[in-house]
Amino acid sequence: MAKQYETVIGLEVHVELATKTKIFCGCSTAFGGAPNTHTCPVCTGMPGSLPVLNRQVLEYAVAVGLATNCDITRYCKFDRKNYFYPDNPQNYQISQLYLPICRNGWVEIETGEGKKRVGIHEIHMEEDAGKLIHDEWEDCSLVDYNRSGVPLIEIVSEPDMRSAEEVIAYLEKLRLLIQYLGASDCKLQEGSMRADVNLSVREMGAERYGTRTEMKNLNSFKAIMRAIEGERARQIDLLEEGEDVIQETRRWDDTKGASYAMRSKEDAQDYRYFPDPDLTPVRISDEWLEGRRAALPEFRTEKMKRYREEYEIPDYDIEIITGSKHLADIFEETVAICKEPKKVSNWLMGETMRLLKEQGREPEDIVFSPGHLAELIAMTDAREINGTVAKEVFEVMFAEDIDPRQYVEEKGLQTVNDAGALQKTLEEVIANNPQSVADYRGGKEKALGFLVGQTMKAMKGKADPGLVNQMLREMLG
Amino acid sequence: MTNIISDETIDYVAILAKLELSEEEKQQAKEDMGKMLDYIDKLNELDTTNVEPMSHVFPAENVFREDVVTNGDMREEMLSGAPGEKDGMFMAPRTFE
Repeated sequence: MAKQYETVIGLEVHVELATKTKIFCGCSTAFGGAPNTHTCPVCTGMPGSLPVLNRQVLEYAVAVGLATNCDITRYCKFDRKNYFYPDNPQNYQISQLYLPICRNGWVEIETGEGKKRVGIHEIHMEEDAGKLIHDEWEDCSLVDYNRSGVPLIEIVSEPDMRSAEEVIAYLEKLRLLIQYLGASDCKLQEGSMRADVNLSVREMGAERYGTRTEMKNLNSFKAIMRAIEGERARQIDLLEEGEDVIQETRRWDDTKGASYAMRSKEDAQDYRYFPDPDLTPVRISDEWLEGRRAALPEFRTEKMKRYREEYEIPDYDIEIITGSKHLADIFEETVAICKEPKKVSNWLMGETMRLLKEQGREPEDIVFSPGHLAELIAMTDAREINGTVAKEVFEVMFAEDIDPRQYVEEKGLQTVNDAGALQKTLEEVIANNPQSVADYRGGKEKALGFLVGQTMKAMKGKADPGLVNQMLREMLG
Repeated sequence: MTNIISDETIDYVAILAKLELSEEEKQQAKEDMGKMLDYIDKLNELDTTNVEPMSHVFPAENVFREDVVTNGDMREEMLSGAPGEKDGMFMAPRTFE
């Protein structure tokens, strides 16, 4: 029988924090600025400039640590990680090696195999690097330092995961916790959450870990799953052929479905860390830490419980809505305005989910405002527009957050409540469709639907279908 | 001098520091480094069992800034000392990942 192998996986997850400014200077972190317009002497590593820690970075890092059951390091420092690369203007990255802000935590994940804990080895604060663009024409590299100094936390897990499924569950869990904290939007595609996968295989039952590789360039859950399957297979093939796995960093190419060994940044991986003398140590008091703990928001489990008590909506809806902080915020804000949880939930679970799925987007991408959704619900309730029109308006709202009332007025989509006009149309429809009229009178309910449809068509969709139905019955009765 | 720096060590340090040293400079660097390590040995004679490692000369802690944008567009100034620029970016020798 062929040997059975176990996959052992640990993750290094980088999360870009949602601060307005960089970690050590007052430059904006806004995305999409022209190259180098968000730079200053500090984040371009000019001699003599002095970094000062952004208080919000510490608060976010501690919040993530508390949410993941970590011990908070009460006396922590920053260290310099030395390496030469043009994206790193100081020739060192300010990071934390000796005294990272959080240690020894865990999160609980749930997969088909049940619940389990994944250990968090540590969380540290550090700065992002700049962006390199290779210029073929000039045969040189061009550097944009707008990202240089953008605050990151790196969450290092223990090698506790055994399958791609567990890895995805762990990442989903982290993402949700961090989104609830408001510490980051955690978008993999846009790079505000990045995961490096450390993977090794060993024979089932073996005590020692095998040699691991580190895989980079994974920017979607699907890419992560494929990379894990691919690397597991590659390592097993090597072992089966009696060869050794080499400890190295590999780059995953998702289009080719294969990984390649990366050329290392230097001949030697020797970062010569030492404490950064430009930054003062951080000492955390009991009072401050208790204050941070008290300031933690309501997390998903608590939110689900509250929804069950406060709103009469199905458990399934609660699960989906609380599965995204942004979605839950929209839900709560809309309900606060219109007081109709069931109707709000229907819009989110129905049309919103349908459009998101159709466009391959995530709940975090939703742009319509709670005020506009509440308005749309109010207009439908007041029968100012009918259901079909409401869906039409919602699609536009979903795309660009238009004001539904203004849109309906501009496009003349209001339901026609002119009884005379409706009566006249109904008479015409009845006169033009003698067969259907006879069918209905002969007991065929379906024929009525056809007549309602013809009437709606004649009224260009702007009649109230309930009223049409009722009047037709009376007229044919 | 009690600390003797080997050729391998000096070559390795030169690689890490991205320095190309002539034979003469290597000899000089070996001697300098040896003396530095001798000095460190001298410090190591002290008993520091109950002394916390010091990373800062000032007794300052918890110096923060608030999360408020204070810097505007300083691109021209930042690029003014660059060896080369193109499209608002710093020009660097071609670098592979």
